[in-house]
Amino acid sequence: MNRSFNKSQTLRYFDCSAVEVKSKFGAEFRRFSLDRYKPGKFEDFYKLILHIHHISSMEVMIGYADVHGDLLPINNDDNFLKAVSSANPLLRVFIQRQDEVDYSNFGTNTLTRKKKALVTLRNDKIRRRPHINISMPHDFRPVSSIIDVDILPETHRRVRLYRHGCEKPLGFYIRDGTSMRITPHGLDKVPGIFISRMVPGGLAESTGLLAVNDEVLEVNGIEVAGKTLDQVTDMMIANSHNLIITVKPANQRNNYIRSSRMSGSSGQSTDSTASHHSLPSSHVLQNFHPDEMESDDEADIVIEGGLDQQHVPRSHSLPSGSLSRINGSSLSHRLQRDLVLSSDSGRESNGNIHKILSSLKTDPRHSLVIPRGGIEEDGTVITL
Amino acid sequence: MRRFLRPGHDPVRERLKRDLFQFNKTVEHGFPHQPSALGYSPFLHLMAIGTRSGAIKLYGAPGVEFMGLHEENNTVMQIHFIPGQCQLVTLLDDNSLHLWSLKQRSGASELLEEQRFTLRGPPGSPPSATQITVVLPHSSREVLYLGTESGSIFVVELPSFRVLEDRTITSEAVLQRVPEEYRNRRSFELIEALQEHPRNPDQILIGYSRGLIALWDLHNNRVSHHFLGNQQLENLFWQKDGRQIISCHYDGSYAQWPVSNENRQPEPLESKVPYGPFPCKAISKIYWQTTKNGLPYIIFQGGMPRASYGDRHSISVIHGSQQTAFDFTSRVIDFFVICNADATAEYDDPSAMVVLAEEELVVIDLKSAGWPAVHPPYLASLHCSAITCSHHVSNIPLKLWERVISAGSKQNSHYSNMAWPIDGGTNLAPDPPQRDLLLTGHEDGTVRFWDASGVCLRLLYKLSTVRVFLTDADPNDNMNALGEDEWPPLRKVGSFDPYSDDPRLGIQKIYLCKYSGYLTVAGTAGQVLVMELNDEESEHVVNHSEADLLQDQEGYKWKGHERLKARDEPVRFEPGFQPFVLIQCQPPAVVTSLALHSEWKLVAFGTSHGFGLFDHQQKRLVFVKCTLHPSDQLALEGPLSRVKSLKKSLRQSFRRMRRSRVSSRKRRAGGGNTTEVQEANSRFDQVALQEMELAPIQRKIEARSAEDSFTGFVRTLYFADTFLRDSTRHCPSLWAGTNGGTVYAFCLRVPPAERRMDELVRAEQAKEIQLMHRAPIVGILVLDGRGTPLPEPLEVAHDLSKSPDMQGSHQLLVVSEEQFKVFTLPKVSSKLKLKLTALEGCRVRKVTVANFGSCKTNEYSENDLAILTNLGDVQIISLPFLKLQIRYPCIRKEDVSGIASCVFTKYGQGFYLISPSEFERFSLSTKWLVEPRCVVDTSEVAGNNYLHNKSGMEKTTRKFRDSARSSGEPGEDERKSARLMEHALLNDEKVLKEIQSTLEGGRGSYGERNSRRIHVGHGLSNGGAE
Repeated sequence: MNRSFNKSQTLRYFDCSAVEVKSKFGAEFRRFSLDRYKPGKFEDFYKLILHIHHISSMEVMIGYADVHGDLLPINNDDNFLKAVSSANPLLRVFIQRQDEVDYSNFGTNTLTRKKKALVTLRNDKIRRRPHINISMPHDFRPVSSIIDVDILPETHRRVRLYRHGCEKPLGFYIRDGTSMRITPHGLDKVPGIFISRMVPGGLAESTGLLAVNDEVLEVNGIEVAGKTLDQVTDMMIANSHNLIITVKPANQRNNYIRSSRMSGSSGQSTDSTASHHSLPSSHVLQNFHPDEMESDDEADIVIEGGLDQQHVPRSHSLPSGSLSRINGSSLSHRLQRDLVLSSDSGRESNGNIHKILSSLKTDPRHSLVIPRGGIEEDGTVITL
Repeated sequence: MRRFLRPGHDPVRERLKRDLFQFNKTVEHGFPHQPSALGYSPFLHLMAIGTRSGAIKLYGAPGVEFMGLHEENNTVMQIHFIPGQCQLVTLLDDNSLHLWSLKQRSGASELLEEQRFTLRGPPGSPPSATQITVVLPHSSREVLYLGTESGSIFVVELPSFRVLEDRTITSEAVLQRVPEEYRNRRSFELIEALQEHPRNPDQILIGYSRGLIALWDLHNNRVSHHFLGNQQLENLFWQKDGRQIISCHYDGSYAQWPVSNENRQPEPLESKVPYGPFPCKAISKIYWQTTKNGLPYIIFQGGMPRASYGDRHSISVIHGSQQTAFDFTSRVIDFFVICNADATAEYDDPSAMVVLAEEELVVIDLKSAGWPAVHPPYLASLHCSAITCSHHVSNIPLKLWERVISAGSKQNSHYSNMAWPIDGGTNLAPDPPQRDLLLTGHEDGTVRFWDASGVCLRLLYKLSTVRVFLTDADPNDNMNALGEDEWPPLRKVGSFDPYSDDPRLGIQKIYLCKYSGYLTVAGTAGQVLVMELNDEESEHVVNHSEADLLQDQEGYKWKGHERLKARDEPVRFEPGFQPFVLIQCQPPAVVTSLALHSEWKLVAFGTSHGFGLFDHQQKRLVFVKCTLHPSDQLALEGPLSRVKSLKKSLRQSFRRMRRSRVSSRKRRAGGGNTTEVQEANSRFDQVALQEMELAPIQRKIEARSAEDSFTGFVRTLYFADTFLRDSTRHCPSLWAGTNGGTVYAFCLRVPPAERRMDELVRAEQAKEIQLMHRAPIVGILVLDGRGTPLPEPLEVAHDLSKSPDMQGSHQLLVVSEEQFKVFTLPKVSSKLKLKLTALEGCRVRKVTVANFGSCKTNEYSENDLAILTNLGDVQIISLPFLKLQIRYPCIRKEDVSGIASCVFTKYGQGFYLISPSEFERFSLSTKWLVEPRCVVDTSEVAGNNYLHNKSGMEKTTRKFRDSARSSGEPGEDERKSARLMEHALLNDEKVLKEIQSTLEGGRGSYGERNSRRIHVGHGLSNGGAE
C-alpha cells in the first residue's frame, strides 16, 4: 500500500512544479502544496501552518526533514526557500511548541557525542531565555573548522573538512613543488606538496580556509614529508570522509594572532611564547579524538538479504540494479512506514520523530540510513 | 590516543620475527631480457650470457648459476673465458674491459668483478685507435690481445690490465710484407678476427675487415704468412690440426686456405657461396669441425639469399649430404659448438650446437639422426607467448606431479634424449623441500606448467585451450615440418612465437586443485573452462553453456570483442588436462576473478558486469548476479579494449623513445641516413619528454563515489563453509568482492554426495556489505574459531590439514586496496581494522595467506598475510590481529608490470616478472629459501678434465632426475614430522589407505610422506592468481 502511494508521488513530482507538503504537529497530519518556484515568504508560510493546524494562538518552531534525513529549522525566508526547493519529492514539516523545542535534535547527527553534552548544557540556558529568531550555530551542519590553533605554530593552519552530509565535492588538486626551509645550514630547498587548484563551488574553496599554493604538511596527523604526490593523494582520498590537513598558508597575513584576546580561542590554549618553529610531534591532533574518528568514519552498510523471504516485499529483495536506488527507495519506504506507524499509535512525543530521523544515518552517496556506529554497538541492521 | 601508539615493541615478538621473516631475492628464472653476448668455456663447461643492461649470467649443470651486474649498466658486447681459469673478460659498449672471477667462499663459488680497464691511446689519437673490436685471451693465460678499429693490436697483461706497449702489433708492421698493390687498396682496416693457432701458441691469425688475413709469429714478431682475400671479411676459423683456415665473408661466401710452409701467399683451396648464385647475406661466423669419418661439420650463421630469405635468422649445418638451415624466430646473437674438449684429441667430434637467439636458447643435438633439439633444463622462454597471468601451487602430491610429467613427456617426444651438454660446476643446493608448480597463462590461450621447486624453472607440460574454439588460425603449428625438396633447407626451431592468432584466447585466471586434479582457466573473451586430468587421449564434445550476466539490464550495447565460437563437434584431446565444461559470459568481457571448489564441484567466475556460479557436476548454471552500476557506461560498452589501447599506445611511444635512445648509443650505427633520422627522432622525443615534465602534474582530491566507473568489476571470489545465517548452523557460501567496495555473500545448498546428481544446488543472497571507503576489494577470507584461515577444499578430506574449528565464532577478513577489516560472523559487525592507505599512502595490490615456519624450531609456524603494495613494498601482517610485522622494498614502484605480475606462494616466497621473459624469485621466509648454491672447482677440472666431466655429467644428470622425481633425501626435521604424522595416521587404517590410494596411487614411498607436512597456507582469493 505504502509502496504504491510512494510511486504516485514520484510521478507527480515529475509532472508539475507543485511541492507536496506534509505537515505534522504531534500526531496530526496536514497535507497541502506549495509552488516550488514561488513559495512565498516565511511569514506567510508560518501563518499558513498555524492556520492549517488550528494552533494560531501558539508559539511554534517549524522544522523540516532534509534530503539526508536531518531535522533542520525553518525560521526565515532563506531556509524556507531552501526547504521547498530541496523537497524531494515531499516536504515533511514538523511543528513543535516553542517551549517544548529540544534544540539538540536539530542539525546534523554527525555532531560528535562530546559536543552533544556541551549542547545540552547550553540548551538549559537557551530554554530559559526567550527565543530569538535567528539560526543557532548548531542549526547548521559543520563543513569545515580550524582546529588545534593552540598547539600549532602560528604560521600553520590545521583544517578539518567534513565530507559527511555535504553534497559538494571536496574540490581541490595538489601538486609537487619545492619549499624553502630554514635549516642550521641556512636556507634549503626541499620537495613539498602544494595545493594547485580549487574547484569553483567545491567544499575546499567554499570554506575559505585553503588556498592555491598552500603547502600541505600533514594529512590526518601524518607528515607528508618524504611521500610522493601519489601517496599523498591516496592518503587524502582514503581520509576523504573526514579530512584533516595541516597547511602552511601561502598568504601568511590572515594568520591567527595568539596574543589577542579573541573570544573564539579555546580555553586550553597553551603558552604561545613557547617556540613552535617546527611542527609539534606529528601525531598530536589535539581536538581530534580517535574515538570520534572511529565512529565518524566507516559505518559500512550491511544488508541482510533473502533470509526471511516472507517478510520481505518482493521488490526489496535486491534485484540486480543500483544499490543506491534500492537504498533510496527503502529509505523513503521506511520513513513512510515509520511515520505512519507513529501516527497510528496515537499522539506520541515529538521525540519519536527525531529518534527516527536521528537513527537514520546520513550519507548522500547512499541515502541508506543506519544508526551511527550502530553496527558496532547494538548490531541494529536494516532488514529489508 | 590508542590509535597512535607505536606498534608493540615486545622483545619476545621481535626475536620471533627475526626467526620467521627475512627478505631475499634468490634467483632469476627464465630467459635474460635482451641478451647481447655469449661466451663458453670448453674447459669449465660453463656458458655465459651478457645482456644489454650489463648483466652477465653463467650457467653450467642444472642448478649451477651465477649472476653479475656491471655497474655501468652498459651493453655487454663480448664475453671471453680465460683458458684454463675460472675467469672471464667482458667488453662493454663503452669500450671498457672487465675481469670477473669465480671465487670460493664458505664452500660455494661466487662471481665477482675483479678489475676494470679502458684502453687509452696516446694523447691526440682518434677514439677509433683504441676502440676494441676483438678480444683474444691467449692460452698462456697471461695476456689479452685486443684488436681495434684502427687495425692495431694491443697486448695487455692479466690480471693487472697493464698495456705491454712493446708488444703492440701495428697494422704498419703487418702491411710491410704485403704486396704493394694490395697495400694501397686497403689501408685503415679494422681488426675483424683474432685466432690463436690450435697447436702452436706462438702464432696468431689476424683478420682485417677488408679481407687480408695475416699469420703473426709472436716469437719473431713478424708476419709468417698472409692470405689475400678480396672479399670483406666477417670471421675466421682455424681447423683443429692448424693446417687450414676458413674465412667467411660479407657476400655470403666462405673460403678454405691451406697453411703450409711452402706457399706463403696461397690462393684459397675452395671458395664457395653455399646459397648462391644470387646475392646472399653475410656469413658472420663459421665452424669447421672435423670428425673421425672424414666428413666435416660445416656450421655457419647467415648466408641466406638476400632477396627471398634475407629476413631469416638462420644457422646452417652441413655434414656430407645432410644440410639443414635452422631457422630461428628471433635474431641470432651468437652460437658455439660443443666438441671434444680434449685438446690432444685428433678430431673435433662435435656433439651439440648452442644458439643464443634474442628470445630463446636453442641447443641442437648433432650426434643423433635428424639433429633434434635438446630440451634445456633452464633458460626457458617464459614469454614464448606473452604471459598474461600466473598461479602458484605449493606442495603438489606426488601422484598429480607424476601424471603432469607423464602428460608433458608425451608432448616432448620430439626432443633429443641427449644429456644436457653444458654441465660445468657442481650443484650444492639442498634438494627442494617440496614439489611446487607455477602455472603461467599466455596470450595465445595456452597454460604452461613449470617445475618451480628448485633453481631451474623447467617446463613440464603445456596445455592449449585453443582446440575448444573455432578460430581462423591454421593448425600448422608443427614447427619441425621438414620441406624435403625446398631450397634452402630451412627448418624452424625454437618455441618463441609472440604472435597471437586471436587475442580473445588469452588466459586471464587459473585455478588448480592439487588434490582432485580439477583445473579451471578463464580468458579474455569471458570463457571459463573446467578441466580434469586424464591420462588417456579422449575425443568428446565439451559441454557448453552461456551465463548472461546482465540479465534484465536493458538498452546497453557491448562494443567490445565478440565471444569465441565454440566447436560443436567432438574434439580430440591429448592426454593431460581435458576440458569438459565451457561457460561463456555474456557480454564476453574479460574474466576478472575465478574460484573453484573441487569438493562441492562448483566454479564461480566474475567479470566487470557481475558474477555467476556453475555446478560442473550437473553442468548447470546455478545463478548469476549483476553487479553493474547503471551509470557505468564504460563497463556496459566494453571499455576494456579502449583503456587497453590507450595503455598500449603509451607503452609503444615509450618503447620508441627508449629504442631511439639505445640506437643512438650504439657503437657502430648502420648507414648515415638512418642514424640521422634516429637522432632527429630522439631529439624530438627528448623535447616531448621535457615538455611533459614542464607541465605541472596535479592530482585531484575527491572522495570515491558510487558513480565511478568499474565499481561493479568483480575482483575476488571465495568459497567458504562458515556461519553465514546464524551461529549454530554453518553452510557452504560464496563471497564476491567488487571494485566499488561491495561484498556479496550467498548461502549455498549443496546436496549430499549420494544425491548430488538428483538435487539442485541452490543459492540465496544472504548479505551485502558496502564498505564506506569504497576501495576495491582484493581479498576475502574466513578465519575459523582459532583465528586460522579455513583450509582449502579437499585439504581436510585428504587429512593434510587440521579440520577448521567450527565451535568458536568465525570471522570474516575483507582486504580492500586501502584497509584490512575483520568482521564477526554471522552478524557482520566490524571488529578490527588496519587502515593502510590512510596511514602510509600505499595500496594493496596482491594479498595471500602464507605460512611462516621458524628457522630455530620445527614446532612453531604461523599464518600471516603477505601483501604487495603499489609502491612495490612487501609487507607481512599478522593474523588475526592485523599488526604490521615487517616491510621490505621489493619492486621499483615504477615497475607496474612487475607489481602486476607478482604471485605469492603459500610458504612465503614469491615471483614477479623483471622483464617479459624473466621471473625474479624472492623469499620472505627464513625457512624456505630456494637459491643457487654451487661450486666451480678449477683444480678438480684441471686434474682430469675429460674424465671429470664425464663423471660429473652422470652425477648431475642423475641428481637432476632425482630432484625432478621426488624431493629426494628428507632432512632430519622432515623425517621427524613424517614419523609423527605416520603415527597419527596409523591410528586409523582406513584413512591411511585412502590417503595412500589418492596420493600415491597405491605405491608408498618416502618422498610423499614429506609432502604431508604442514599444509596450512591458503590463497586468499581461493581462486586464480592474478
